[in-house]
Amino acid sequence: MSELSVNHLLGIKYLKEEDIQLIFETADHFKEVINRSIKKVPSLRDINIANIFFENSTRTKLSFELAEKRLSADVINFSAGQSSVKKGETLIDTVNNILSMKVDMVVMRHPNPGAGIFLAKHVKAAIINAGDGAHEHPTQALLDSFSIREKFGDVAGKNVVIVGDILHSRVALSNIFALKLLGANVKVCGPKTLIPKHIESLGVEMETNLRKALNWCDVANMLRIQNERLDISYFPTTREYTQQFGVNKTLLNSLDKEIVIMHPGPINRGVEITSDVADSKQSIILNQVENGVAIRMAVIYLLASKIK
Amino acid sequence: MSKKVLLSSKEINIILHRLACQLLESHLDFTDTVLIGIQPRGKFLADRLTKILCDEYGVKKIDLGYLDITFYRDDFRRGDKTLEATKTKIDFLVEDKKVVLIDDVLYTGRSIRAALTAIQSFGRPSEIELLTLIDRRFSRHLPIQPNYRGRQVDAINNEKVQVMWEENDGKDVIYLINK
Repeated sequence: MSELSVNHLLGIKYLKEEDIQLIFETADHFKEVINRSIKKVPSLRDINIANIFFENSTRTKLSFELAEKRLSADVINFSAGQSSVKKGETLIDTVNNILSMKVDMVVMRHPNPGAGIFLAKHVKAAIINAGDGAHEHPTQALLDSFSIREKFGDVAGKNVVIVGDILHSRVALSNIFALKLLGANVKVCGPKTLIPKHIESLGVEMETNLRKALNWCDVANMLRIQNERLDISYFPTTREYTQQFGVNKTLLNSLDKEIVIMHPGPINRGVEITSDVADSKQSIILNQVENGVAIRMAVIYLLASKIK
Repeated sequence: MSKKVLLSSKEINIILHRLACQLLESHLDFTDTVLIGIQPRGKFLADRLTKILCDEYGVKKIDLGYLDITFYRDDFRRGDKTLEATKTKIDFLVEDKKVVLIDDVLYTGRSIRAALTAIQSFGRPSEIELLTLIDRRFSRHLPIQPNYRGRQVDAINNEKVQVMWEENDGKDVIYLINK
């Protein structure tokens, strides 16, 4: 297959396995490109991309912007904080105004689930979802699976546990879709209050004992507690959460085998993982960040080539 | 569709040896020269020439790389299909080196234009030359000519030159195909 089956990247849910493999193969080439002394290719010279962020972001925004610039696209950035959104402008009006400046692609982060899907239906541009509320964060899941593939050669058959706040996490949902599509075995682990009901219907198992989960897995993807999305108290204290679901070096060393630690960032050091774990050789957190640029270049390149 | 043999295995072998000798004449021991095969099809020609130079003419070491030009092409979004990349493998810097770009067929010259841009990502070469097995003259869109050519062909636009290599396609042969 040489072409994506979709015109937008709204979520992993809408992709086929072949789409993900094509993105990975393309990202392999871009990873080689970004390790050259000159890290830029001219492919997207006539493409304009708007990065529209209605929610805070450091890594994702920088990573997208870098990916766009390394493909030679022209980039405009928009953050809701300093904009007319505050004056009451609607999402469609905001985006249509930006599009009338001849923009071909929109990368959007928005606090409302489904914002990207809504936009794709109403405006004429390729849409990349960079996170929509607690729904999906497809490029994060792609770079996570790409990093697992890089570490182990393949994702299929690997045991992956996602630890933490599964209920509010778009990273968890996108990761579950991607990992299942690629043939991995997935468990989620966390306080029962932070695991959605009927999670088994996605084909994943639940485990509330962290040690058991870690002993089972090849890879542990540690999520941050998203305090900004916790409207009520889901666990007694952060200290108690850390004692039950935090990974420290002692726990890691006492396991039956050496596992790989991932984290989508930003890390709350000392909460979900301690500093010595985050900086250990078992951690591939910084590889994830590097792979993020290659994956986003691949996604942008493949979607842009479908814009006629 | 008709198909005729343009060059047989024996003729290809003679031409490869002549090209190898011409390279040797200009570059001697290849200390300041690197060979770059343009992916995907120039790789086979570059491999062959390197093998002949090392095995039969006693060149001790040749820096050989493969360059993918997909992301530098000028027809992005102009065709129906997404342009698919192949692997780039250049483990050395081309800074101040003489670069010989190698491709099987020179047609419009657009691939070579892309390769000239792409190679700059690996440094500033002191000189760039072009070697091609088949030169389809009269078909150029750009002012690009080879320094070393295997055979010149007057093919018209609805004809296609197909280069087959033993290691990839089962035998060495070059066809002229009339579509």
